[in-house]
Amino acid sequence: MARAVTNNRKALNTAVAWLVGLLIFFPILWTVLTSFKTEAQAINDPPIFLFFDWTLENYAVVQERSDYLRFLWNSIIIAGGSTLLGIIIAVPAAWSMAFVPSRRTKDILLWMLSTKMLPAVGVLYPIYLLFIQLGLLDTRIGLTIVLMLINLPIIVWMLYTYFKEIPAEILEAARMDGASLREEILYVLTPMAVPGIASTILLNIILAWNEAFWTLNLTAVDAAPLTAFIASYSSPEGLFYAKLSAASTMAIAPILILGWFSQKQLVRGLTFGAVK
Amino acid sequence: MGRIVLEKVKKAFGETLVIPPLDLEINDGEFVVFVGPSGCGKSTLLRLIAGLEDVTDGTILIDGSDATAVPPAKRGLAMVFQSYALYPHMSVRKNIAFPLRMAKLDQAEQNRRVEQAAEVLNLTDYLDRRPGQLSGGQRQRVAIGRAIVREPAAFLFDEPLSNLDAALRVGMRLEISELHERLSTTMIYVTHDQVEAMTMADKIVVLQSGVIEQVGSPLELYRAPRNRFVAGFIGSPRMNFLEGDEAAKFNAQAIGVRPEHIEASATQGNWAGKVGVSEHLGSDTFFHVHVKNWPEPITVRAGGEVDLHHGDDIYLTPDPERIHRFDAQGLRMG
Repeated sequence: MARAVTNNRKALNTAVAWLVGLLIFFPILWTVLTSFKTEAQAINDPPIFLFFDWTLENYAVVQERSDYLRFLWNSIIIAGGSTLLGIIIAVPAAWSMAFVPSRRTKDILLWMLSTKMLPAVGVLYPIYLLFIQLGLLDTRIGLTIVLMLINLPIIVWMLYTYFKEIPAEILEAARMDGASLREEILYVLTPMAVPGIASTILLNIILAWNEAFWTLNLTAVDAAPLTAFIASYSSPEGLFYAKLSAASTMAIAPILILGWFSQKQLVRGLTFGAVK
Repeated sequence: MGRIVLEKVKKAFGETLVIPPLDLEINDGEFVVFVGPSGCGKSTLLRLIAGLEDVTDGTILIDGSDATAVPPAKRGLAMVFQSYALYPHMSVRKNIAFPLRMAKLDQAEQNRRVEQAAEVLNLTDYLDRRPGQLSGGQRQRVAIGRAIVREPAAFLFDEPLSNLDAALRVGMRLEISELHERLSTTMIYVTHDQVEAMTMADKIVVLQSGVIEQVGSPLELYRAPRNRFVAGFIGSPRMNFLEGDEAAKFNAQAIGVRPEHIEASATQGNWAGKVGVSEHLGSDTFFHVHVKNWPEPITVRAGGEVDLHHGDDIYLTPDPERIHRFDAQGLRMG
């Protein structure tokens, strides 16, 4: 029997859902609002919510003081590059784990995930030294590699889950039809896993875009992405809230827009396989 | 050409021996059916021939050359799977053309062959649909189409009809038989359904626990089963087995009589019993007869008109020419 839900109950559910949604969204909303205030209004006590003199001054100052586009470009390269590199490595890895598992496959998957439980700062020193040795400090390629490695376990896990949903017989059929391993992965497996691969890509772009620990510690000027751009506005001499907010808004805007337009794909991908 | 020879082929998964060393010859153009109960290794054997599983030991020869280590893509065999295994993201046309595309045939030749196959299989109107938009029978035909376009040395069928309903199954059975008549290509067909085996095969291979119990034409197996297992597996309803005194009369450990080789009468016969369950099919009637002191009921086939019901007295007379005798090991005698 379907569970009976009264209209009152439905209204309450809706109200609670909106409340929770707003609660989650509030810091972002506050940041965006603050970015249009003057510095004085930004730190006004009590805080001003909507009735202030809207100004674009902060954006002008931020753009004048630092080259937004250069940071943006670095973010795009690093987030996109690390995701692409990760996918290229993870597709064959997940293929082998899903379709030709060994007795150790489960352990390997868990071990890969366990690396995510290590606090990143624990390996900062060795990685920093390696970067100096290899001349990778403050380079986009260095950061791309590090972020790819950081997110690789998640990419492999997600793809593995999606691949597991694909019947092995279809891949065997491809093999019988004369497909080489490369053709089997390229023409049969990948197109069938497109929804899963797409959401994996999206999620990893978001993760890489927002990654702040390694991007702040391993870059200075040349490879600095938007996270460094934001951080440059929180200085020890005092916080310029309005300008910090403007910088933050500019930094999160691209990924927010990307996420907004792909939310359907993202939700479908994240719940893929939950219901047969 | 499609002559396949297995020499001492053995398969083990870890410690478990699935197929002990086994020899088998399949001649060019033959329709061979592997039949046996679930878990008898028939599908594994087919997958070994396909190359989807590696043999643990032994040799597989296809047209005289050693194919044991050749990957499935290069064996020149085509396979039809139980689940059809169509590519869901491709149209019917692309599904059928896939093996040709992999073989790098030019586009015109691909189209020609796809259209030819579609016509043979009545799929012309569906070429631009996706597999998801087709019925089970149509999907199975697409799978067959994908197999025939590449003109393989042999076709491998892995229980291709088990997912279809009964009426479709009979239709597809005929279609596959007709296909074999027309193409005269070697076909190896795996099924657990002895009716499919009997109706389609030139040669039946009966398997149990990875061991070949008997190889022969359907009628050879029906008339002269090599042992009790084959005798019980081939024929429907299954053969009646009797042990003890009745078997001793024939100087055997056990005797077997098929339901169709026993005469039923309401008045006289060798064995007296009472009718238990009776199944009236119209053309035939099957009586399950309880004979006093016998552990199991005897199944008897009678004409559709025999009018006996539950609890009635019945007399049975087996055809003495068609009694099968088995020794203590279950092997056929004389």
